[in-house]
Amino acid sequence: MMPRTRQQTAFSARDRRPPTADCERMSTASRDVIIRNKLGLHARPAMQFVDLANRFQSQVRVDTCSGERVQADGKSVMQMIILAAIEGTKLRITADGGDAQAAVDMLAGLVESGFGDD
Amino acid sequence: MKFSEFIVKEAVEPDLKATNRDAVLAELVNKLADAGALPRTAVEEVVAALIKREKNGSTGFGKGVAVPHVKHPKIKKMVGTLGRSVRGIDFAALDHQSVYIAVLLLSPENQPQQHLQAMNIIFTSLQKDTFRRFLRQSATNDDIIELLDEADQGK
Repeated sequence: MMPRTRQQTAFSARDRRPPTADCERMSTASRDVIIRNKLGLHARPAMQFVDLANRFQSQVRVDTCSGERVQADGKSVMQMIILAAIEGTKLRITADGGDAQAAVDMLAGLVESGFGDD
Repeated sequence: MKFSEFIVKEAVEPDLKATNRDAVLAELVNKLADAGALPRTAVEEVVAALIKREKNGSTGFGKGVAVPHVKHPKIKKMVGTLGRSVRGIDFAALDHQSVYIAVLLLSPENQPQQHLQAMNIIFTSLQKDTFRRFLRQSATNDDIIELLDEADQGK
């Protein structure tokens, strides 16, 4: 895996060069989770999520499935905060790439743990 | 949620005097107290809480902007302000770049939804290249307020 710089943690795919073609078999995985912590997806959980997402090669996308529909790049802190996901919000985490299933499992686990809040 | 619902216009600072992170936090919180948006007696505690929050993880999310924020029992009503630095401040930002725009947000402890909505409007605007560029070019309080009003009107 290429080492990721901290800059990539902060910003979206828009700033990144298009991925070079790799011969790994692509796969897609997705899972629905509910935000459980009282404070919702505020800045610190958003950063935890992005830090974890960045450990995977797969692209990660997060969609809100309740309230206003918004989509975020799971590797962009700003976009994740814009989801404004309060407690009880249903999110769909989708990953594309060789490690998609592992990414989705780990990220869903983080959300369901409540990010260590409360 | 609109900027006008929490940004205290009189507290907006187009030319921050402070040159380091902690001093910027103190300057902005004092601006809110000067404007009557925060009790003077709460200033010290709130600044300390903001510094603690930054040490926990920088709110300098990159591209020259920072959004220092904290939830605190002494804050009864959500308030915010914005400071612009001409020379740039080291905020230990995620992208290691200097910060030129700091949006400060102080929230009560028991209203997470309102806090998230305010963060939503702040980041929706800050993500736009033109908004950040215009903010950095705004040399007066009026210019900054006008920009925020335009964002509120969806321009």
